[in-house]
Order: sequence, then structure tokens, then C-alpha cells
Amino acid sequence: MIIRQVLIYTVFERFWHWTQMTLIVTMLVTGFAIHGLNHWMSFDEAVTLHTLSALALLTLWVLATFWLFTTGNWKHYLPTASGLGQVVRFYSYGIFKGERHPYRKAYWRKHNPLQAIAYLALKIVLFPLIWASGIIYLLYSVWGDMAGAAPWLERVALIHTATAYAILAFVIIHVYMLTIGHSFLHHVAPMVSGFDEVELSPEEEAYLITDEPHRIR
Amino acid sequence: MRVLPGALLAVTLMPLTVTQARSNWPTPPIAGDAATQVSGPLTGGSADHSKFAALKGPFATGPEVTKACLGCHTESGRHFMKNIHWTWDFTDPETGQRLGKKHLINNFCTNARGNEGMCAQCHAGYGWKDETFDFTNQDNIDCLVCHDHTGTYYKTTNSNGDKSCAVMFEGLPALDLAQIAQSVQLPERANCGTCHFNGGGGDNVKHGDLSSALKDPPRSLDVHMSSDGQNFACTACHVTKNHVWAGSRYAVIAKDTAGPGRPGQRRDVATCESCHGAAPHPAASVRHLKLNDHVASVACQTCHIPRFARGGIATVMDWDWRTAGQTKDGEGYHEHGYTQGNGEERYTYKSIKGSFTYGENVIPDYGWFNGQMRYTTIDTQVDLSDQPIPINSYLGARADGRSRIWPFKRMLTWQPVDAGNGTLVYTHLWGEDTDAYWGNYDMGKAIARGMQDFGLAYSGHFDFLQTVSYWPITHMVAPKEDALACGDCHMENGRLSTVTGVYLPGRDRNRWVDLAGLILIFGTLGGTLAHGLGHRVIRFKNRGNTHDHAGKNHS
Repeated sequence: MIIRQVLIYTVFERFWHWTQMTLIVTMLVTGFAIHGLNHWMSFDEAVTLHTLSALALLTLWVLATFWLFTTGNWKHYLPTASGLGQVVRFYSYGIFKGERHPYRKAYWRKHNPLQAIAYLALKIVLFPLIWASGIIYLLYSVWGDMAGAAPWLERVALIHTATAYAILAFVIIHVYMLTIGHSFLHHVAPMVSGFDEVELSPEEEAYLITDEPHRIR
Repeated sequence: MRVLPGALLAVTLMPLTVTQARSNWPTPPIAGDAATQVSGPLTGGSADHSKFAALKGPFATGPEVTKACLGCHTESGRHFMKNIHWTWDFTDPETGQRLGKKHLINNFCTNARGNEGMCAQCHAGYGWKDETFDFTNQDNIDCLVCHDHTGTYYKTTNSNGDKSCAVMFEGLPALDLAQIAQSVQLPERANCGTCHFNGGGGDNVKHGDLSSALKDPPRSLDVHMSSDGQNFACTACHVTKNHVWAGSRYAVIAKDTAGPGRPGQRRDVATCESCHGAAPHPAASVRHLKLNDHVASVACQTCHIPRFARGGIATVMDWDWRTAGQTKDGEGYHEHGYTQGNGEERYTYKSIKGSFTYGENVIPDYGWFNGQMRYTTIDTQVDLSDQPIPINSYLGARADGRSRIWPFKRMLTWQPVDAGNGTLVYTHLWGEDTDAYWGNYDMGKAIARGMQDFGLAYSGHFDFLQTVSYWPITHMVAPKEDALACGDCHMENGRLSTVTGVYLPGRDRNRWVDLAGLILIFGTLGGTLAHGLGHRVIRFKNRGNTHDHAGKNHS
């Protein structure tokens, strides 16, 4: 086994990640402005920004979903129990003892098992909840005149708000994780350059050097 | 040389022209049973009334002028007699309630009925002073009050009232009825305003959104009526057909989904939508799309008339009849005490009416309104313990699909009621007799007479109780830059803080969801902080015990 710098985040993934980050932060700030928790902008500015960001984010998600399934990258998000216990044990115990992080990025598996489960939960629970409730909310004018619509608007709004809180909690943990171990910048760098240290088998290394030399340095 | 081609052309076309002329000219006669064709809106100006021999005069009385008018406008009398300005009578088609000034109690001067000698100055007719008035005589119609264009026309009371009231019309110049008759025009704002700006007994007293400031308003007061805007007369919106015009406070169209009429259509509504359509904001932005969504549930007036009683003329918000009847040396008197925006003094006390509280630039009340008003009529039994007693109340709810959020002026008054029978009362204010309040200042006698004249039961015991009436706000439309911002309603304690039945983002929240959310966020922040500090502190203490600091994680 040898550790090499390998391109594991393609241009599209980095574009996806940073655009998504910008849009989600915008939506959190504008969403909580609409909710009345901050007063950094007027209500109509908040609604306009929130709506436009939502449409942009939905478009991005359509692109990303298409990309995930056509490139096979969806496999990175498959949950696995193997090694999960070790990672959980590390964050809850080992880290305090100064132990090494038990996970090594592999070429075919760039997230640790805890990360994979967290991202999967985000993708199949929180994101669908927020965009489904958001679209229903946005289209209130279409169904608002149906009988009993008013109490349903409240329910939709509550789901939307509750999910937003959960996503904000995810963002906090996600950013916090970047501060553990190496420096924050060291952790962020791979999502900028695309290259990260990956444990390669001799066969993988040989393959990359021979067939995809631009992905290894 | 120039003539030749023209002549050739004429010769070539001649057979065609002759054929056309035979079939289209002269205009073929309309078959006797053909339905009347629909014309566009009339703008007047086709006749100069100073050239009509019939209007040369001299005229001694108003009815003589009317007779001359009807000599040419043969059907206008018949048409106008259907108009509420003539009938003062309206039967609500849904509730069956008998409404109109002829019947209703209000919470200003309380009732026109029995006081027509005074109040019917604003009846579009001549001489209504009691029950004997002839509503079938077309000569009794007053054409001039609406059509005068000299600005010199005025009316006096139809009966004299108490001798002390004679001072009211002293020293008025004589009317030149011939000159007025020759200058008639389509009604302008000042014509309608003669009565409608002075409802309730003074400038803007009643409505709050109809004041003499609208005679020549700046654009900031009313975009449609300003000469810097469209310079609309009232009839530009209150469209007219056969001398009956659209727009009624008794039958309000609270939600007009039909939108604008094409030429020849819709002479029956005065709604904003009848010109601006049902999607009035140009749909080029997210903001405007969202605003157009609001048309379904928020009346245009709610955002576009941010305050009423603008333009420097105050409206009466509270009226207290309990203080009426005080005299100095046996004489009635009045007190100034309020200087309104245009610098004029307003009475805050009058012996004949009591005390007034004024408001200017007033934020309206808001509520769901489906167009239906319910009135407390003279024969309605009311619960006197449930104050304020509604003189009228508006109906509507989010759930009925017909309502929108409307702005209202809320008028509060302490006024006399029959404490024994639990009804409102007619008060006999005006008369030459000794029972009239405006003369004797005896409320008990005035009520007894007011009820007796119409065969109504009166217990003999009156009390002053608080009443409330609601006036939909629909005039004084501000320029768009002055319209309410979204955040004026979408906030806690905002404009719509009392409106129920709808989840309003920015105003409404579920406190449990917010509490759980905030606990989650601060718990997460606290947890990560503790985790981050914890492992750093422990490792700092244990430094030297371990050399493995290269722990790499992939978060």
C-alpha cells in the first residue's frame, strides 16, 4: 500500500459542492429572514432570493443526480457497516486519546462509513423533505383556494422550517469536522484542487500511472 | 399629368363603389325587433347646452330646470328613478334586509329617517321633507347637483328646522339657474363630492377616504384622480348605464375574478380588476409573480391605500353623543380643538352633536370580507351588554373562497339606544316642532318622537351605549412607490396581526418547532465546541504520552 495524491473530486463535483454550499447558505439566511429570525434584508428581498436560489439548487440537484447515476459515483454513498463502529468509536473516544483516524481513503471509496451514512441521510431524508415541502409551499397559489387549504399551508410550513433547522445542524457538524485533525484549510484543499491523499494498491497505482496519468501526482 | 392616373383609378373602381353604395348607404333601417346595440363609454361634448332655447330661462325653481332637461332627455327621469341616489332604498338580495338611508341607523347623526328636512339636502331631488314626498314625479329630480359646472349651485334644507338653525344659510348669493342650466356637463369630482365628501356632517367625517382634498388631489393622495395622474372623475370607475352607476357599499364585490371587460362589456362594476385585470403586477419578476398570487386573498386596497384620511383633511374616529346638549346661557355652542394637516380648525365639540375625536393618516383595520355586510336595523333586537354594538359588521373568512383581506375604517360612537327594548332608535333631530333635539336638547323627547312618527315601540328609557361601524376603504389609492411593503404584514405585530384563518410567513410560527429547532442548533454548536475543546485539552495534557499526532480524518 502506498499513499499518493489522487484526483478524487472531478471538476463537476467541485462545482456541485461549492455551488450547493453557496445556495444552501443563501437559502438558510433568507429562509430564516422570512421566518423572522434575522432582519438582514427586507421580506420581499428575502423571498426573491430564496425562490431564485431554490430554483437554482433544484436544477443543480437534477444535474448532480444525473451525474451520480451515469458515472457510477452513487456507489460512494452506499451505506456500509464495515468500519462504521471504528469511526464512531474514534470520534467518541479515540480522538480524546490522540489515536489515529481509523479510515484511509480508498480510490473506490472516498467517504468514511459515518460520512457515507450521513450524506445518504441528507440526500434521501432531509433534502427531499425540504424540496418537496418547499415546492408545495411555493405553489400555494395553485392549491390555496381548495377547501381546507389554510391549515395545510401551516403544516407544510412547519415541515419546511423543521427540516431547515436539521439541515443547519448538519452544516454546523460538517464544518466542525473540517477542524478536527489537520488544519481547516488542509481539509478544504481537496475540494478546491480535487487531489487528496489516497491509499493505493500497487495495481491501482500502476493503472493510474499508465492509463489516467492526469489523476495522479 | 397628375390628374390622369387618379381619373383612371376612379373609372376602374367605379363599378365597385356604386355596388357598395347600393347595399350600405344610406344606413339600412334597424328592424323593429332588433336588440339595442352596445356602445362604448360616452364622454359628452356633443351638445353645447348654452345654445338650447329651452334653457334660456328664466327659471324660478329647480323643478322648472328639470322639466326643461327632461324635454330633451326624455328617458333620463325614468332611468334615474331606479338610482339609489333617488330611492335611498336598497333591499339586500341575500339577507333581505331593507337598507339605504331611508331606513338605516348610522353612528354619526344616527338617522336620516324623520330628519329628511335636513338630511335630504343630499337627496338628488327637490323638497323631500317628510313622508309626503312624491317619488314618482320626475320634476322632483335634481339634475343640477350632479351636472352643475359653474360651481355656484347649492342646496338648502328642505324644511326650516328650529328657528335657531336659520343662521345656517344666511347671506348666500341667489342662484342663476339659467346660467347653471346652460353650463351643464358630465359630473366632476366636486359634484359628487358635494355630498360624498361631506357625509356624516362635515368634510371627510364619515368615510375617511372621501374628502374635499380629492377635488384636486396631488398624485401622492390619489393616482387616479390627480391631474398629475389620470385626472379621473368618479364616473371613470363608477361606470354608468342608463343613469345607474356601478359600485355599491351595500353590495360590495370583494373579489372580482372576471378582470377587465373588452369594449362594450362590463358597465356594472367599479372594481380595480375591471381595469387592471386579475394579475395586475407585470409578471416579469419573482416579486411580481408572488404579488399576483396575493390577488386571490388580499384586496388591492389593502396594500395600495396604506393609510386613509391623507391629504390634510381629518376624519372622525370617535363620536360621543353623551356630552351633547350642553349650553352656555341657554344657547348651543361649539369648540375648536383640532388643527388638521391643511391648517384648518375642526370642531371637537358641538352642543347639537357631542364630542369628536379626529384621525389623520390612519392605519386601517383589516379583515376577511366577502362583500356581504350585515346591518343592525331599527327592528333588530340587540344584546346591549355586548358592546360595541355593531351598526354593521362585515362577513367573510379565509375558508369561504370568496373573501379577501380588506381595509376598513372603524368608527366608534356613544349613541342613544332603547335600554328597555334593546333596539337602536330613530332620533328626531330636525323639525320646527318642540320635540326636535336641535332646538330643545332633550334626547328623551327626541327619541320618543322619532320612534312614534314611524309607529315603532319605545320603552321610554334610553341609554348611551357604544356602537361600531365599518367602512371599506377604497379611495385615495397611493402611487405604487408608496404601497405597503411585504414586510409590513409579514412580521410579528404587523398590519395583519389580528387577521386569522391563514398561516402568514414572518408573522406565524409554531413555538414548539422553533424551540426544538433552536435547541438542536445550540445543542449542536455546544456539542461540537465541547468535542473540539475536549479532545484538544486532553491531548494537550497527554502530550508526550503519545507520538501519534498524524491522525488523519476525512470529514
